[in-house]
Amino acid sequence: MSEIMVKAEGIHKFYGRLHVLAGIDLEVETGEVMCVIGPSGSGKSTFLRCINHLEKIDSGRLWVDGHLVGYRQRGEKLHEMRESEVARQRQDIGMVFQRFNLFPHMTALENVMEAPIQVRGESRAVVRERATALLEQVGLSDKMSGYPSQLSGGQQQRVAIARALAMEPKLMLFDEPTSALDPELVGDVLDVMRQLALDGMTMVVVTHEMGFAREVGDSLVFMDGGVIVEKGLPREVLAEPKHRRTQDFLSKVL
Amino acid sequence: MTETDTAEPVRPETIKAVPVRHPGRWVSGAIVLVLAAMLVHMLFTNPNLDWSTFGKYFFEHGILKGLVATLELTVIAMAIGIVGGVVLALMRLSANPMLSSAAWLYIWFFRGTPVLVQLIFWFNIKALIGDISLGIPFGPTFITWDVNSLVTTFVAAILGLGLNEAAYMSEIVRAGILSVDEGQTEASQALGMRRLKIMRRIVLPQAMRVIIPPTGNETISMLKTTSLASTVAFTELLKAGEDIFNANYKTIPLLIVVSVWYIIVTSILSVGQYYLERHYGRGSSRQLPPTPLQRLLRMNLTSFHVRPPVPSAQRSPEGGIR
Repeated sequence: MSEIMVKAEGIHKFYGRLHVLAGIDLEVETGEVMCVIGPSGSGKSTFLRCINHLEKIDSGRLWVDGHLVGYRQRGEKLHEMRESEVARQRQDIGMVFQRFNLFPHMTALENVMEAPIQVRGESRAVVRERATALLEQVGLSDKMSGYPSQLSGGQQQRVAIARALAMEPKLMLFDEPTSALDPELVGDVLDVMRQLALDGMTMVVVTHEMGFAREVGDSLVFMDGGVIVEKGLPREVLAEPKHRRTQDFLSKVL
Repeated sequence: MTETDTAEPVRPETIKAVPVRHPGRWVSGAIVLVLAAMLVHMLFTNPNLDWSTFGKYFFEHGILKGLVATLELTVIAMAIGIVGGVVLALMRLSANPMLSSAAWLYIWFFRGTPVLVQLIFWFNIKALIGDISLGIPFGPTFITWDVNSLVTTFVAAILGLGLNEAAYMSEIVRAGILSVDEGQTEASQALGMRRLKIMRRIVLPQAMRVIIPPTGNETISMLKTTSLASTVAFTELLKAGEDIFNANYKTIPLLIVVSVWYIIVTSILSVGQYYLERHYGRGSSRQLPPTPLQRLLRMNLTSFHVRPPVPSAQRSPEGGIR
């Protein structure tokens, strides 16, 4: 495992004529928890989705754990990866979505067991044991046989985290994991994420939870207009933002 | 329900008022009654209906064989339609422009021509192809078959009905697949699943809820459409009836025999569809609507209280998609 988990160099991304990412350079160290904040439309979610190749980048280079994402380099030329190779890369990168995206036709336990069995071909018994432990870890040992529609938003999101962890990823991406939750349910999800950070997981978290960023984050990135405006220690950026745009944004949300 | 009847709190006095008269209802009701009486009178007195002939032929061997042939044709043609529909839907949603435009062309052609024309076309396929041979395209051939020995009237009927049905089913399946949230695919991709597996494990099971009800309609519709196969000399239910009345000229009684059999089978299929829809409605609503039997059992027959009308959100089984 290399020291640098995520390395981005000059990332650009266009949606038609819209320049969503306008040159992102970034490094996330192994074991680091990086929080990304910024106004909506600033490109923070798009950047997160580029890291596991849900979005293709239009220029620049992106590495996860020392491997180019979505491409293979042979000499000077880049070769696009086949679907199976991209899928292989994604197995090591867990992702948690704003809207949970649990599989509604499966119970909580089946949701967590699905990928290890179907993707890695592990035996049902082994996976069941691990999935049960994970659901216990996120505080849902009594909800294993519940369907997503029978769970609260906070419970669904914790199942989603357990589902991602079942693939034993090296890196976890969180895309506004608490934005769709009722305020009183946010705490349970953040607790699970805090514990995950304490256990040494490398995490990139797009969030509006400034308290979480300050307390759990090792670094804080402020994005606006498709670029990184400011990056630093969470405490310092939140207390004394250097840039005008950061100051404006924080004055609105804090 | 009965508990509230016994432990009812003291109610304030109900309003007693002279109800509004509805003379229009009496008039229209009387007209319908008279028309119904005329119909019943005709059914019993018109000698052309000839109920004894109806009774004689209802379980006649040829009719029952025709019924079995109709059911076979329905099942096989629907099977071709469903499998073909899934394949065509996947082709249309494919990233490969060749596949998606081929599927588009197929659907365009088969929905654009009447199924009766297609049936007659398959029946006369010999005039178009002649022989079918296995070999290298544009190169040497190894085995050759005579088309007429392959495409019997049964095969022509199956091909005509099944291939046409595939075009309609593909649109139903495609609508079902598109109804599944994009986030489901993204979550599966993020877990490292590949496209076919995502389709099979995640998307199609969820699409079924949307696909099943119109497929039931298609099946009922197919049962009746098989009667068109009588025009290509395939002996299904209608043709079996025709064969008999062409010999004994008892046209009307035999058409009624055939119609009653169609009604019986479509009724059975409608009941089946109701329970299938109910089954796949699970998960979308927290509580399932009661079955007709449960509704009957729960009814309090001794009570004369006026109950608030039950909201009937049920769609009629005949509510077609076309």
